[in-house]
Amino acid sequence: MSTEKAIMTVRGLRKYFPIKGGILGRTVKNVHAVDGVNLEVFAGETLGVVGESGCGKSTTARLLMHLIEPDEGALYFDGKLVGSPELPLKEYRRQVQMVFQDSYSSLNPRLTIEDNIAFGAKVHGTPAREALERTHDLLNRVGLDPVRFAGRYPHELSGGQRQRVNIARALALRPRVIILDEAVSALDKSVEAQVLNLLADLKEEFGLTYVFISHDLNVVRFVSDRVMVMYLGQVAEIGDSEALYDNPLHPYSRALLSSMPSMDPDNRTMEPALTGDPPNPIDPPSGCRFHTRCPVVSPICGGAEPALTQRAAKHLVACHAHDPDSGYTAPSPKEAAE
Amino acid sequence: MADATLNVPIVPAVRSAGYWQNVGARLVRDKTAMAAAAVLILLTLAAIFAPLIAPMDPLEGRLINRLRPIGTEGHLLGTDELGRDMLSRLIWGGRLSLLMGVTPVVLAFIFGSAIGIIAGYAGGWTNTLIMRTVDVFYAFPSVLLAVALSGALGAGLGNALLSLTVVFIPPIARVAESVTTRLRSSDFIEAARASGAGAFTIVRVHVLGNVLGPIFVYATSLIAVSMILASGLSFLGLGVRPPNPEWGLMLNTLRTAIYVQPWVAALPGAMIFMVSISFNLLSDGLRSAMEVRQ
Amino acid sequence: MLGYSLRRIIYTAPVLLGVSVVCFALVHISPGDPLISILPADASVELQERLRVLYGFDRSLPEQFILWLGRALQGDLGTSIATGRPVTTEVMRAVSNTLMLASVATVIGFVLGCFFGFVAGYFSNSPLDKAASAAAVFGVSVPHYWLGMVLVIIFSAQLGWLPAAGAGPGGSSQWRFDMEHLRYMILPAITMSVIPMGIIARTVRALVAEILAQEFVIGLRARGLSEFGVFMHVVKNAAPTALAVMGVQLGYLLGGSILIETVFSWPGTGMLLNSAIFQRDLPLLQGTILVLAMFFVVLNLLVDILQSALDPRIKR
Repeated sequence: MSTEKAIMTVRGLRKYFPIKGGILGRTVKNVHAVDGVNLEVFAGETLGVVGESGCGKSTTARLLMHLIEPDEGALYFDGKLVGSPELPLKEYRRQVQMVFQDSYSSLNPRLTIEDNIAFGAKVHGTPAREALERTHDLLNRVGLDPVRFAGRYPHELSGGQRQRVNIARALALRPRVIILDEAVSALDKSVEAQVLNLLADLKEEFGLTYVFISHDLNVVRFVSDRVMVMYLGQVAEIGDSEALYDNPLHPYSRALLSSMPSMDPDNRTMEPALTGDPPNPIDPPSGCRFHTRCPVVSPICGGAEPALTQRAAKHLVACHAHDPDSGYTAPSPKEAAE
Repeated sequence: MADATLNVPIVPAVRSAGYWQNVGARLVRDKTAMAAAAVLILLTLAAIFAPLIAPMDPLEGRLINRLRPIGTEGHLLGTDELGRDMLSRLIWGGRLSLLMGVTPVVLAFIFGSAIGIIAGYAGGWTNTLIMRTVDVFYAFPSVLLAVALSGALGAGLGNALLSLTVVFIPPIARVAESVTTRLRSSDFIEAARASGAGAFTIVRVHVLGNVLGPIFVYATSLIAVSMILASGLSFLGLGVRPPNPEWGLMLNTLRTAIYVQPWVAALPGAMIFMVSISFNLLSDGLRSAMEVRQ
Repeated sequence: MLGYSLRRIIYTAPVLLGVSVVCFALVHISPGDPLISILPADASVELQERLRVLYGFDRSLPEQFILWLGRALQGDLGTSIATGRPVTTEVMRAVSNTLMLASVATVIGFVLGCFFGFVAGYFSNSPLDKAASAAAVFGVSVPHYWLGMVLVIIFSAQLGWLPAAGAGPGGSSQWRFDMEHLRYMILPAITMSVIPMGIIARTVRALVAEILAQEFVIGLRARGLSEFGVFMHVVKNAAPTALAVMGVQLGYLLGGSILIETVFSWPGTGMLLNSAIFQRDLPLLQGTILVLAMFFVVLNLLVDILQSALDPRIKR
């Protein structure tokens, strides 16, 4: 991490998806996909985002990219409000790019590889010839020989090759931040490692900042400087990668990390693993959203919502157990065992 | 990156065949479709060069020669109720019949695609408004709507074309809307939006190339229906007016002759049938050539 | 199921309203003053004005529409210019004839279509399939009015077996169920059945081939179920869709009978439309089309609801 300067700042981000129902198709309920997320992304870092499926990781990514409009909240880039005259959306989108999970559906099947990559640059007014030159240069950098690949179509490439194309496409606008939404999750393990190495090299080369979203805790630990743990549309915990993995503060993070298979037989955690499915995000639990599954739940947890507060160096957590003033009372070991 | 040396662009050694090239190659191997295409090309050429190849004037006949059988000396396919040469009238009739059958689908393809793609890409209230309007027209059986509109507008080639176009816009718009809506949530459309492209550019570069194919195939399957309907309107006296040669109209005026020269009377219908079945077979071939997933 | 039906019914209301707007507009898109069609040719200016007020043509279009719709809802579709009788009476008499013809044609088309479709789907890619598929293509490609003519040529003009036109002996205008009337129905019904035959055959072929390729059928065979048992399974799975297609086809035939009725001089809605067009009898044209379109919409609604009841996979 080079500096502690925030390149992206998110304040109070909220997105509910309406569920239409009834005879007249009115909104009857809302899915609380992202509910009050605050976060900073520092220049030059890799911020990992983890959580179970349905916790709002991908919605957060799409909100960061402004692909969907937030219901509430503001997004600042370089201290400037995105979408304001100071930083129009189009200009923001040149600075921030995204790589999707599905390498096939994120490329236009009717365009050649080079046309897929060059599209963004052309949109931003780069002359066709220059865009093409840049495309071939990028193909080289992501390890695909343009002589062999530029004129092909997406279906002729393997998944790993396609994801390299997607990375080249994201780089074609010379962005400063790349959001990787489960970008390596669909790849075979060996290919995944190659792509992760490529991402590390490119980060070095172009001075990039990554927001790395994944359900794979090992991969996130491997690539991230800091890690954010999400649960039901909210941030449970955020902190430096080493600190968070070694000493998770939130009971959810502890449970999540304990589900990771450990290589070291002496280092097995005795934490109870998570049981059951996460609650329905349509009617999230009151108070702390984790209290229905929390092994150390206290009466206070179902009432007040814990705030995300700094509890250690650069380590923030939203849990009453870590707040001496919350009125939290630890359950007796017997209760905890039940 | 900003000062990366820009080399001379590398010319790719491998240029894969595009989607349409592959479809074309598969279609050419389809014997039935090719036979159908040959029939259509032949009939179209005959219609275009009618003045050169028709043995006689299609409008001039002598009543003394009326209703001669097939194989009459000088009138290979006989004569009609006014003594006009059937062969010449059938060749000339291809002009108006093909024009009336194909034009409405072409127009409906243009307008229907535009309407459907706009509705599909815009989504939300725009979609609801457009598609509910389309549903109203879709709620009429096609024959009924065509007859109703041209019946109200009055007989004539222009009115018949207009009515048929209105009939075919709703089904095409529905198909266009559904393929566009399905495409809209694709990641590559999201990626295109993420690269800052406006709606118009995305539709032009990313949507059209992916939706026009399926819409086109659907439209080709409507040409056969359109041929039958268009000639049907003339058959009812709502399309082309006499004495112009048009297969549907010829069929109508020859109806009275079925007890005298039945097989001459049936000829114009056989032409409509031949064109309609050829379009159906060609459309089927095109569909299966496109179905192979790339 | 109940919720879906209710939603589907509510959704149909605006479509019906739209359909009535289109029917209302028919009179107004026709060239010239709508009054001309009602007036005697030598009407005085004074009479013209009186009638204009009487028929409400002096009011704004929305007002006219509401008045017209109000009358139509009470069963008053105006008066036929040609016959002077109420349009409703004329249409209802014609509808029963058309409905009879279209129903018989649909049943014939359904039986033949299912037969061809099953054969083609069961023996997929065999010569039998090719032949059945050819029959299906024939059905959807043949201009049915021409087919009617050819059948008349063969069975009436040449062989003299069946009557060429009309609904019954002596220019009977009302079809009745007796041998004589039945003879009159054979040719038009067969002609009309060709379209649903082709479409149902195509649908059933695709359905059967798809069902047979599914793993549960392979499983059934593996467990030793007889071929007849497998066949019954296929029937059970294909039936809802095939029946739905049949229902929709009946609607198309009701609305699309004009050409065939013209060929056979069948005294149904098609003939009515035909004469309305040639006498420029706009109230009759408008009324007939409104009734047929309403039939079509309601039939589609019923088919949808019935299909969702029959097919447990459809949970809408």
